[in-house]
Amino acid sequence: MFDIDLWREIFQSINMNRTRSLLSGFTVAFAILLFTILFGIANGLQNTFAEAFVDDANNSISIRSGRTTKAHKGLQAGRRIQFKNEDFNYIKEDFDDKVEFITARIYKNFQASFKGEQNTYNIRAVHPDHQFLEKTKIKEGRYINQNDLNNRTKSVVIGRLVGEDLFLKTRALGKYINLGGIQFKVIGVFTDDGGDNEERQIYMPVTTAQYLYGNNDYIDQINLTYNPEMDYDQALAFSTLLTKKLKNRFSVARSDQRAVRVRNMAEGTKAISQMTVGLTFIILVIGFGTLIAGIVGVSNIMIFIVKERTKEIGIRKALGASPRSIVSIILIESILITAIAGYFGLLLGVGVLELVGPSLKEYFIKDPGVSNGLVIGATLTLIIAGAIAGYLPAKKASRIKPIVALRND
Amino acid sequence: MLKIHQLHKSYAIGDSSLHVLKGIDLNVEEGEMVAIMGSSGSGKSTLLNIIGMLDEADSGEYILDELPIKNLTEKKAAVYRNKFLGFIFQSFNLINYKTALENVALPLYYQGLKRKERQEKAMFHLGKVGLADWAKHLPKELSGGQKQRVAIARALAANPKLLLADEPTGALDTKTSYDIMAFIQQLNDEGKTILMVTHEEDIANMCKRIVRLRDGVIMEDKKVNQVRAEQYV
Repeated sequence: MFDIDLWREIFQSINMNRTRSLLSGFTVAFAILLFTILFGIANGLQNTFAEAFVDDANNSISIRSGRTTKAHKGLQAGRRIQFKNEDFNYIKEDFDDKVEFITARIYKNFQASFKGEQNTYNIRAVHPDHQFLEKTKIKEGRYINQNDLNNRTKSVVIGRLVGEDLFLKTRALGKYINLGGIQFKVIGVFTDDGGDNEERQIYMPVTTAQYLYGNNDYIDQINLTYNPEMDYDQALAFSTLLTKKLKNRFSVARSDQRAVRVRNMAEGTKAISQMTVGLTFIILVIGFGTLIAGIVGVSNIMIFIVKERTKEIGIRKALGASPRSIVSIILIESILITAIAGYFGLLLGVGVLELVGPSLKEYFIKDPGVSNGLVIGATLTLIIAGAIAGYLPAKKASRIKPIVALRND
Repeated sequence: MLKIHQLHKSYAIGDSSLHVLKGIDLNVEEGEMVAIMGSSGSGKSTLLNIIGMLDEADSGEYILDELPIKNLTEKKAAVYRNKFLGFIFQSFNLINYKTALENVALPLYYQGLKRKERQEKAMFHLGKVGLADWAKHLPKELSGGQKQRVAIARALAANPKLLLADEPTGALDTKTSYDIMAFIQQLNDEGKTILMVTHEEDIANMCKRIVRLRDGVIMEDKKVNQVRAEQYV
């Protein structure tokens, strides 16, 4: 039942005891504000981690080569190891059941131009599997296919931003782009979640690059993903075996860390997932810590308020107030203040996150924010805690004999 | 109107208990104006509190207007207090964040009256104590005498059968005290039954009957010739 007089009493009490109301409101608002901001920042950190791993397949292994650092089998240190097509084929065939996707990579860097526009871009010459390894999304046209490889076609797939840079508002697909003096046909445009840098890449068939730039069969790097059915230990065993075989193949000492470098993302993935668990734990501790601090604050204030109002309660009782009306007037006031202050703190917190959020990106905090459900849940918790904290002393106060309350000067 | 028979009350103080009222017998008729006197610790305030249902007796009979007052629930006590009794306290006990008018209207709120009706009645009673112009003022803006008059208006607002006053002039200077007493006498002239606790002889002599308490028993209960307060004003 809506009792307008009761509400009038409550609003008068709030309004006439502003310090008290503001004080309790401030505690709640501040608790929710802190809760929102801390949770938001923690979520932002988590987003950054999550994003770092959407870019590439997380069961991937990359193999690079360098110079030997140790003499081995009569060969001197400082020898340069160069992967070739035969090495690529060796891995592909010998580990057929363990490899999901595999691609070679050759890195080039060219001045690219179309009509008046020009810019320098990184070029990656790859196999068709590269699309799945890098999680490249084709926006228009197609990716490099086996046919391109067989015929060494002069075709390229360009990143979305390359298209925007060079072709401005016009459509890039089907046009010819000049790469270091040679015309290439744009057969596809892609997007990538890995960020602007990834979208400024240009892909071409690996065979084309080998033919055009030196007419050799050199490869800079081999990337592969292992069979996703393998678990963490199997994946590690696989990369260990791969390292051993490749080192043998190139007569590299077992302890040589530079000549052949096999990097298994599974190791990183495990570390990251542990870190995420740790981060989640920290978030929970921070969140609940703030909340408990808020609850304690609200409880203290409620006990103080009831204490302060003991005399008023005595007067009201002497004038004929029922215990129930005493409890409800105190409780509703507390709930009202907590709810309004909580909402205020929530708005403030979300506002701060919106305002400061974008500039936090360089500190590894991306899109800091909290779900509405979470903050509303936190506010409700505070309201309920405030209600319980207020109910007990209010109930007690409503029971004390008015004469005792009145004596309390 | 008010019948009390063999009323006992003791308070626990640590392990021992203090027997404050040791069998009080008291009858008060309608229209009386009774002063309860006694030194501090004589049990006069305890008696008034029991009569006012602010406290409960351990044993004995208390009948108010044919109604036995015993084993009341909090809720029932609240209703009885509201309907039958008006309180005047030494320290006024006004709610400090409410205006004079709102203070007077408060018992009417607990009677469940409509807002408009409450305000009209409260205004009428404020007018009766001569404070109609002060209706919108907060207690802190009023003098002691004015505060007590607001408290009297509040006690009268619910039209109680019995008016209970606990040292109503205790916090006031002599002139203001007589002022207030003149007003209380006037209420009694109009037929209100009044019971008041005081330790001041001159105030007690302005009542019609004096009951003297000592160590929890009634020492003396006599009718007196009322001294009118107007002559001092």
